[in-house]
Amino acid sequence: MIELTIDNKPIEIAEGRTLLEACRENGIHVPTLCYHPALKPYGACRLCVVELVFKDAEACLVPACTYPCKDGLAVRTNSKAVKKNRRLTLELLLASAYETPEIFTLAEELGVEEIRFKLHQADSCILCGLCVRACSEIVGKEAISITGRGMSKEVSPPFKVASSTCIGCGTCVLICPTGIINLEDVYSRRIEHVFSSDDEPILCKLCGESSAGPYAIQPPEPPLEILSEDTLKNSDELYRR
Amino acid sequence: MHDNVIEIGQFLDRESEGEGSLITALENIQSRFHYLPPEALIMASEKLGVPLSQAYAVATFYQAFSLKPRGRHSVCVCMGTACHVRGSAHVLNRLETELGVKSGETTRDRFFSLNTVNCLGACALGPIILADNEYSGHMTPQKADMLIRRIQRNEERKL
Amino acid sequence: MTRLDFPEDIFLLEEFQDEEFDSRYPCITICGGTGCRVNGSEGVAEAFRNELKEKGLQANVNFELKVTGCHGFCEQGPLVVIRPQRIMYTQVSVKDVPEIVGKTIIEGQIVDRLLYRNPQSNEKIEHEYEVPFYKFQHRVVLDLNGLIDPLEIDEYISAGGYEAVEKVLTEMTTSQVIDTLMESGLRGRGGAGFPTAVKWGLCQKQPGDKKYIICNADEGDPGAYMDRSIMEGNPHRVLEGMIIGAYAIGAQKGYVYIRNEYPLAVKHLRQAIEQAEEYGYLGKNILNSGFDLTVSIKLGSGAFVCGEETALIASIEGRIGEPRPRPPYPAESGLWGKPTNINNVKTWACVPIIINRGAEWFASVGTQSSKGTMIFSLVGNVCNTGLVEVPMGISLRELIFEIGGGIPNNKAFKAAQIGGPSGGCIPAEHLDVKIDYESLKSLGAIMGSGGLVIADEDVCMVDFARYFMAFTQQESCGKCVPCRVGTYAMLKTLEDICDGRGKPGDIEYLIELGEEIKKSSLCGLGQTAPNPILSTIQYFRDEYEAHIFKKTCPAKVCKGLITYSVDQEKCTGCMVCARNCAAEAINGEKNKPHIINPELCTRCGMCASVCKFEAILVT
Repeated sequence: MIELTIDNKPIEIAEGRTLLEACRENGIHVPTLCYHPALKPYGACRLCVVELVFKDAEACLVPACTYPCKDGLAVRTNSKAVKKNRRLTLELLLASAYETPEIFTLAEELGVEEIRFKLHQADSCILCGLCVRACSEIVGKEAISITGRGMSKEVSPPFKVASSTCIGCGTCVLICPTGIINLEDVYSRRIEHVFSSDDEPILCKLCGESSAGPYAIQPPEPPLEILSEDTLKNSDELYRR
Repeated sequence: MHDNVIEIGQFLDRESEGEGSLITALENIQSRFHYLPPEALIMASEKLGVPLSQAYAVATFYQAFSLKPRGRHSVCVCMGTACHVRGSAHVLNRLETELGVKSGETTRDRFFSLNTVNCLGACALGPIILADNEYSGHMTPQKADMLIRRIQRNEERKL
Repeated sequence: MTRLDFPEDIFLLEEFQDEEFDSRYPCITICGGTGCRVNGSEGVAEAFRNELKEKGLQANVNFELKVTGCHGFCEQGPLVVIRPQRIMYTQVSVKDVPEIVGKTIIEGQIVDRLLYRNPQSNEKIEHEYEVPFYKFQHRVVLDLNGLIDPLEIDEYISAGGYEAVEKVLTEMTTSQVIDTLMESGLRGRGGAGFPTAVKWGLCQKQPGDKKYIICNADEGDPGAYMDRSIMEGNPHRVLEGMIIGAYAIGAQKGYVYIRNEYPLAVKHLRQAIEQAEEYGYLGKNILNSGFDLTVSIKLGSGAFVCGEETALIASIEGRIGEPRPRPPYPAESGLWGKPTNINNVKTWACVPIIINRGAEWFASVGTQSSKGTMIFSLVGNVCNTGLVEVPMGISLRELIFEIGGGIPNNKAFKAAQIGGPSGGCIPAEHLDVKIDYESLKSLGAIMGSGGLVIADEDVCMVDFARYFMAFTQQESCGKCVPCRVGTYAMLKTLEDICDGRGKPGDIEYLIELGEEIKKSSLCGLGQTAPNPILSTIQYFRDEYEAHIFKKTCPAKVCKGLITYSVDQEKCTGCMVCARNCAAEAINGEKNKPHIINPELCTRCGMCASVCKFEAILVT
């Protein structure tokens, strides 16, 4: 067992766990955007930064979702330095996500007062990578990836055309925190390919007729119920990796 | 087109040692065709056991790869620090005006591709232009002009 | 001068070199580094071969000729040094060759006009070792660069090459190797300066029998080419270091990750690997020790971020070069999840030297915290552009003015940028700083990989910072928010300032952004990207303020804040500028003074570069 303190509270936790997991298990709130308990931590949004305090070295910020728990660590999850940094990260996210209600709400909670830098084009994709990672780790299809580099990064299927690997399961839609991927997009792309696909079209178990009607495709095993929204939210136990 | 596909297949077969050979294979294909045809990525994905989405991500991440055919003549301006303090920005500016394209683009007639490159490491000779694997040092906007004209003249002579 | 503190070493080096390589007949060494090649040194070498043949002289009977790696004094290339006297000829062209052969090789006379002229004393200098540029250096890692043919393993062996491998594999245990490195105090030369022995030790302790070593030759800092020159000029030394390191750590496979923009270095390295394999220094059961090692080359594909360890690893794995969270560090879990040790080219190159000359000797050079020598590429507005190797602890002033020869055209020194796009600038008031890891850090700069760019009074520090930010921003992998969006925000703000759109509060915004980006970025690229801006604001805040509040660029560089005009008195009306203006912004008739239309003028500077009468004014 590892012993450390978080916000002056002594915590005991098994080896091999991250600071974020330690916080969540002890009811300490740390905001996240790119973290999901069903997926390997990615460390992209930097929102979950917490401060490590040392006796004889400068304090530093580390991302809680990837930093491993170690004996004797002294962690502060809500210090001035942490709050300032999170505020700035949110402000930077708002540079493109200024029309995204979810990000706006989060920003308000964290005390962002003004957006000093704005891009011309609003874009709700915050490049958290959840869709790509879900498609890879949960569904196993790797139909989409993050392409490009730097500010030209975008989530896209290969060659920006409908992917023949996509099975239309809708996991990316469910997991997206800003809702920029919508179900129609997924299915409308899929429909184009059904005619050249060898897959037997069947009714989608989860949503029945409401989405793509007779053109829904057989989702993969394990059964679709695991991918339902509620289950995803409460899946800490199910998906510990 | 069919011949190209065979050749691409040969490149890939050489690299199918499995792990990590995707980038080496793509580098060879890029070198041979001056761009990555879509067939190359699809075949690489199949032969090397790499998801197509990963191959595409790699092709769009690294600057060495181009999904669009590059111009017959590549003109690269070194934007290293040493060249910068010696005025490489002026040289680039001149070329952009003269060729009518921005850095990273190819002229309409696919004759020239203009690019910048980060430090060729010949800093004593800055500003440097690398045109078709030939280095030209101590460039000025005027000399850059002359270089372009020389390349054009040489092409005309060949015809 | 620090070098005089070790007089035994000066003679040791010269004696050693002269003994092995000289005295029977002249040896003509021609610099074959990329810089000199661009300037035509290959043609010069060919001309020598032809001329010597024509004169009836025979190789290895009357003379020796070799094309070596970079000699270092790039400003004066193509360089030809004739041993044993080490007569140095500068800026040699093909047409100079007959005279050199006739006068120097055959008659033993000096060709005066090709000698280096010291601008300070106005004297001509005959011998390479008397030239201030070389005299005040302490060439240890670069010692063989101008001496051996990098394509001949035998020459490296004659110079003592692979002796360290033999000693290590036959006499030393892995722990002894690491202890030796620890005693030497060697710190990583890639930029971070982490103690190499500690890094090796961490990797060695990891369980498992599959481990990797990697040589990071993805030298991406613009203006830096030390690693390239070592790879071009003496690749065997790097391999030797890697063999020793692999043995100490327990790795059987090594990779050299090298930029694809370095074709000559790649070629020389490939050959070196082949030759080392032929001679049994690489492969199975090296020198009958039971230790195996193979080394392969992996080319970079144009991503500066791949100089970061975890991004480099991702690239070798065939993925995009996105850094991974650390911990776990590569020493624990690196390439394909196995323990991996990555070191910079210069670090690997130091290893055989430490084994051969002893940890104590290495630790006797340098300062308390930073041992050994450091190689810098001294570039920019400096007289003697080139590669210099100096002991740690030398002052910046000595480096720039004694070795570098000061600033050309009588301009004033303004700042030295150390550490490339991750570094900071040192202004004139700190010229006496002793160069080592800690002292540079305290001034807001970093040692970095050794790129040292000198800026004179005509450089606009805001534009300078903008240049670095544009570079870093373009190279950001884009994974984490602070770096991807933050560097973009900083760049746009800087561009606004340079273009005259700066507003009050911009400087404070840049500082705030910079500090937070440094704290929460995922990798070293983002964590150091704001350094050039923070550092230029610290030392040159007045320039920023002039741009923002007075809408002027004091150095007359920023296009949006300057005007090009024609000096009506000096203009002769020759129309050359008008003909060359791509924007057709110059009006004028023959023999009448011209006028530049400021609305059309793009400030490209073409007119100023073609005008023979200095009649173009920039205000």
